[in-house]
Amino acid sequence: MAHEHKLEIFRGLVKFKSNTQKIWGVLVFLTIVTVIEVALGIVKPESMMAKFLGMKILNWVFIILTIVKAYYITWDFMHMRDETKALQRMVVWTAIFLVLYLLFILLQEGGYVFDVYDNGYIKKDF
Amino acid sequence: MSTAVAEGKTWGGGNEPLKSSYGKMMMWFFIVSDALTFSGFLAAYGFSRFKFIDSWPIADEVFTHFPFLHGVDAPMYYVAFMTFVLIMSSVTMVLAVDAGHQMNKSKVTIYMFLTIIGGLIFVGSQAWEWNTFIKGDYGAIQTKGGNILQFVDAEGHRVAVRDFAVSDEHKDRTQHQSKNGLWFVDEGTLPAYTMDEVIHGLQANKDVLVRTQIINEEGEKTVLSRAESLNQVMKNGKLYVEGANLHVNEYGSPLFADFFFFITGFHGFHVFSGVLINIIIFFNVVLGTYERRGSYEMVEKVGLYWHFVDLVWVFVFTFFYLV
Repeated sequence: MAHEHKLEIFRGLVKFKSNTQKIWGVLVFLTIVTVIEVALGIVKPESMMAKFLGMKILNWVFIILTIVKAYYITWDFMHMRDETKALQRMVVWTAIFLVLYLLFILLQEGGYVFDVYDNGYIKKDF
Repeated sequence: MSTAVAEGKTWGGGNEPLKSSYGKMMMWFFIVSDALTFSGFLAAYGFSRFKFIDSWPIADEVFTHFPFLHGVDAPMYYVAFMTFVLIMSSVTMVLAVDAGHQMNKSKVTIYMFLTIIGGLIFVGSQAWEWNTFIKGDYGAIQTKGGNILQFVDAEGHRVAVRDFAVSDEHKDRTQHQSKNGLWFVDEGTLPAYTMDEVIHGLQANKDVLVRTQIINEEGEKTVLSRAESLNQVMKNGKLYVEGANLHVNEYGSPLFADFFFFITGFHGFHVFSGVLINIIIFFNVVLGTYERRGSYEMVEKVGLYWHFVDLVWVFVFTFFYLV
């Protein structure tokens, strides 16, 4: 059981011959994503400065790329791909549900506190 | 098959619906709970950032150093390097796990060793990063309201306070120590410059302007006019700060420094304990413990932890340095 690995990534688009080869393949992919992130962070393209859902498009791109990286680290380095569906869901759904919930509450409240200061109801700078 | 037999199968024990060993499963559940801890910290960081969304420090103006390259503006290259080191040590870890599946002791030994080295390089890099951040760069003035005023020249390049402040030879204020004053009172180190010295320097250097923390529409920090610069520093300036600690932060909001120390510190502590655990496992591999046991599953379990540390760093990297 533990010795069998699923060797395809990108939904079967790329199939590796051995587990070792897959590890190097995933490393190359993760490196490319990191390089793209750093490049975007330094260049900061003007076209990505527009706001989308309260945040710059560039920041959304960073977050999405991060989640992509997290997926491949979990699925291929941590061998989540080889675990049963039930274990995958137990780990991933629990975490995602609670994190989204927490993020919503805290970011919403943070934005509200900012507005309270910004509209001048409370002074913070004397 | 009768119901009785089926029930015996279900409740008789020995069922493994997740087809995973106890140890690995528990490591997964520990990882979930630890991930939630980190999420709590990062979400709290998000809260504070949203609260000060118009004046939060811009990360690539804060982390601009690279070892051995003094005075070179290198935003993010160093953290990118750190990220790569950690991903690399994740790769050697997963190669060790793979070699473990093939019961190849010498390969597991080599890969575990490389993983430990990678972890040590990462912790060392983080120590350097902290050191640079704590020491600070240009220095700034903190106002009565707790805001930070930095200094720039006419072109908008940062100017260090030490380059224009006029040192007063006859400072009448020395650090109070319990041996030469009240024995029950103590005082921390005095700032390198008094407000008067900074104000005199500012008056003498006509092209130095003040940069506030407020982010303008172009996404840059606002630079004040010369008159307004003098006015701000003289009217509101309270304290010269250099570097960052848990109370003051020359780069902007003190909360930024607090979260930086807390979150990267907590992550660094994870890496550090990961290295210790890896060392223990490394010696067990060398001593042949797992060879005798007939399974390298222990390597797999610490592997899970080690990858998790890498996973967390990917998020810390995004939310502290990129976004």
